[in-house]
Amino acid sequence: MADLTRDDVAHLAGLARIDLSEAELDRMVGELGVILESVATVQQAPTDGVEPMSHPMPLVNVTRPDVVRPSLSPDAALAGAPDAEQQRFSVPRILDEE
Amino acid sequence: MSTTTGERTLGFDEALAAYDPAMGLEVHVELGTATKMFCGCPTEFGAEPNTQVCPVCLGLPGALPVVNAVAVESAIRIGLALNCSIASWCRFARKNYFYPDMPKNFQTSQYDEPIAFDGYLDVELEDGSVHRVEIERAHMEEDTGKSLHVGGSTGRIHGATHSLVDYNRAGIPLIEIVTKPILGTREKAPEVAKAYVSALRDLLKALEVSDVKMEQGSMRCDVNLSLAPSGSGALGTRTETKNVNSLRSVERAVRYEVGRHAAVLSGGGSITQETRHWHEDTGITTSGRVKSDAEDYRYFPEPDLVPVAPSVETVEALRATLPEPPAERRKRLQAEWGYSDLEMRDVLNAGLVDLIGETVAAGASPAAARKWWSGEVARRANTEGEDVPSYAARLGVTPAQVVELEGLVTGGRLNDSMARQAWEGVLDGEGTPTEVADARGLELVQDTGALEAAVDSVIAANPDVAEKIRGGKVQAVGALIGQVMKEMRGQADAATARQIILERLGQG
Repeated sequence: MADLTRDDVAHLAGLARIDLSEAELDRMVGELGVILESVATVQQAPTDGVEPMSHPMPLVNVTRPDVVRPSLSPDAALAGAPDAEQQRFSVPRILDEE
Repeated sequence: MSTTTGERTLGFDEALAAYDPAMGLEVHVELGTATKMFCGCPTEFGAEPNTQVCPVCLGLPGALPVVNAVAVESAIRIGLALNCSIASWCRFARKNYFYPDMPKNFQTSQYDEPIAFDGYLDVELEDGSVHRVEIERAHMEEDTGKSLHVGGSTGRIHGATHSLVDYNRAGIPLIEIVTKPILGTREKAPEVAKAYVSALRDLLKALEVSDVKMEQGSMRCDVNLSLAPSGSGALGTRTETKNVNSLRSVERAVRYEVGRHAAVLSGGGSITQETRHWHEDTGITTSGRVKSDAEDYRYFPEPDLVPVAPSVETVEALRATLPEPPAERRKRLQAEWGYSDLEMRDVLNAGLVDLIGETVAAGASPAAARKWWSGEVARRANTEGEDVPSYAARLGVTPAQVVELEGLVTGGRLNDSMARQAWEGVLDGEGTPTEVADARGLELVQDTGALEAAVDSVIAANPDVAEKIRGGKVQAVGALIGQVMKEMRGQADAATARQIILERLGQG
């Protein structure tokens, strides 16, 4: 398996919205590398002829009828929000701008 | 960023002289289910913010989604109506991204296993030719929340200090329908794009799976477009224009992007693969985000949902519920109603097919149904900026009233011009056709004595014309009928007047 690069970690940090310093990036390359290596052990398991699994239960077509159930009250819905305004969730500025 | 001035564009004809356009259309349709895709929250349009949300659609910890059975059935029916194959087994996937319109930080969608794939839709163009648009896939997903951007000058995301999000729409079932590259359309590209979206809208309406209101966002279109040198058979770099939300805009957006791409390419430049935003008011597109690693969605199978595996029996049972395809229905109705191609096209363009169908079913002749829904009503609806069906519904004017009006004419009470007056009265809110005719004193003179007297006096006043008719020039009778009608102040039946004149002059 190809080694994790510093660029890979920087890319992942960007996607996860985690701000890493240069020193932290260097450290994470090593630490994540060790974790990946450990997990890679499972690749030694013989999987020839085994279908990939995405769910532990052998079920299909679990559905519900199209019937309305009560929603939360707006107060309850917004209770966990760090900030709210006009009965809406208030979120920080979306675009980084000068 | 300016949205009033576009970039340099080439004229459409000039662009096509050098380049071939290729299009790809992605249409999102909100299903008309009572509840959301994965939870029982209602889906009503226009509700107070955050009143149709629950732990599932807010992505609260521990909440478990369950698929809406009707949404899956609708997706399969849409797939079948688009001549697609239906997957015997498929899964949902998480599309991960960071944008606050989804509180879960991912959208539950389908990735490499769409419920429907490999279909087509035949679309008819103005000139009667048919273009087959191939369908790549139709997959199930969920809609996002709506953001209100605060602090900027115009409510736009640029310059905003923060944003306010309403998650009522988050989780409403969406079907995304994606075409294969649409090639070889040349100068018809804008028309094909519009005709496809229009045909798709008709189909979805006939399926009764969505209210397909583009102006309310329940049907939205993204237009992918690229140019390649004429005859090269290559595919150029594409742009994806979002927010194209009317039929007319689909056509305009294609036309604009063709001209813009051509200007860039012919100037030696290259097209940046990016998202562009359509501006309805100015008719141009502006650059959105550049496709970058920010769009690494890291799809993976959704672990909280089990696969959807419709049996052959289920699929066939749903196939049996499909309505007659709109294009075939139009052909059948045109034959039944005896309309010319031109008449049928006018009726289609005016959105009158269903209304005429109801009117004919209520007992009117197809000719009368077309006549009364096309003239004055259409003019007034157009002035109000409405289509005829919604205008008529708002006014409370019904198919039954057209039947009544036609009955007044065929029953001999009203002639054509009186019927027009009665119909105007109905549209003015003065009551039913009969009530209007009563109130306005509209009534053909049934007393043939008065009519005969008028005929005699007109014949006496026009001896030359009368002589011609006696001599066999029957077509000259028109001049006399006009004068008789004038004398009768329009309160006579022209056909009867004609008959009496001809009898008097030995031609009866």
